[in-house]
Amino acid sequence: MRNDYTYGFISCLFFFVLFLSSSPAFGVSEQFQGKIFDPGMLKPVDSKTKLKAGMKAPDFSLPSLSGNVVALNEYRNKKNIVLSFVPAAWTPVCSDQWPGYNLMEEIFGRHDTILIGITVDNIPTLYAWTREMGELWFPVLSDFWPHGAVSKKYGVLRSNGVSERALFVIDKKGIIRYIDVHDINTRPNLEILLKEIERLKK
Amino acid sequence: MREKGVFLIGVLVYFLCVSASLHAAGHTPAKGESFPPITLQKPANKAELDYLGLKGTGSFPVSEIKTELLIIEIYSMYCPYCQKEAPIVNSLYELIAKEKDLKEKVKLIGIGVGNTPFEVGIFRKQYNIEFPLFPDESFAIHKKTGEVRTPFFFVLKMKPDGSNTLVYSKLGSIEDAGQFLEILLKESGLQ
Repeated sequence: MRNDYTYGFISCLFFFVLFLSSSPAFGVSEQFQGKIFDPGMLKPVDSKTKLKAGMKAPDFSLPSLSGNVVALNEYRNKKNIVLSFVPAAWTPVCSDQWPGYNLMEEIFGRHDTILIGITVDNIPTLYAWTREMGELWFPVLSDFWPHGAVSKKYGVLRSNGVSERALFVIDKKGIIRYIDVHDINTRPNLEILLKEIERLKK
Repeated sequence: MREKGVFLIGVLVYFLCVSASLHAAGHTPAKGESFPPITLQKPANKAELDYLGLKGTGSFPVSEIKTELLIIEIYSMYCPYCQKEAPIVNSLYELIAKEKDLKEKVKLIGIGVGNTPFEVGIFRKQYNIEFPLFPDESFAIHKKTGEVRTPFFFVLKMKPDGSNTLVYSKLGSIEDAGQFLEILLKESGLQ
């Protein structure tokens, strides 16, 4: 009898957790006209980075949407950097995170900081997706080939081949000052990011 | 056998939760229906308080806004379409403000779904928005209004008893502020 109750409790708990995990909250812009693929609620973080604040940011160079190759060390001694890894084009949260950052040009500029967006998507996909966002003021890089190599270098490549939703704040000397490997299902808090940028020297 | 029964109770609990959640999520009100009761925080800015006909601080139900027609834009700072729409909505506000007969009868507010007060402030500053914007950080209002895509416009005819009737709604761009206003005035019987 006791076992039945335990079994019943576990079974109810299982379905309750299933219910809780099946209702993510996000707004979808009409801009994307129903083209956004909803993957449902995902495992919040599926990787473990070895990088920590105070370590040197790994160098890399990747092709950008504008056709140039962008290297991290181009900005050394010139700009602070925010690297914004987002998991995939045409998915919720990712599709509004960068449009929001698109309103931040003046604030980033005031703190001598450049934003760099990275996904593991290929250039044509990134082109089609970002065209829906309007004119982006920051470079968007494709970590498509070798697949996810930079995401892996930063320890944010998930087991299914997409990156985490992660932010790395890097100062002008190339030192990582802040890392947020965020719950993939939610948008990082903008105020926290801005506070980290404000702490950097101009 | 008994285990099977208990398992079925679990399934039932799940579906009850889902059904309760759908009910809580609310549906998008249609023309002729009333807009769900929502509560907002009074703006700190005096000009905005005056615009809404409110006094003091704290929260207030939307029914307290002094107007005959209330336009509610559901938007997000993170929505590229809402960004493109901002100048058009500003021109709608200006159009209403410059019409002596309309400015006390038609009011406009924006609700930023999933946006913090800070993010609402960024959107306001970026587009020089003069009408009141309110944050809906927890998506509570977004859920109550059927989780519409953004931007979405609800137009309510406000009654003296505090109730309201939805006279018009639109998903996506209003395209032409003048034409949009004309439609609203016609649909609401204000003109």
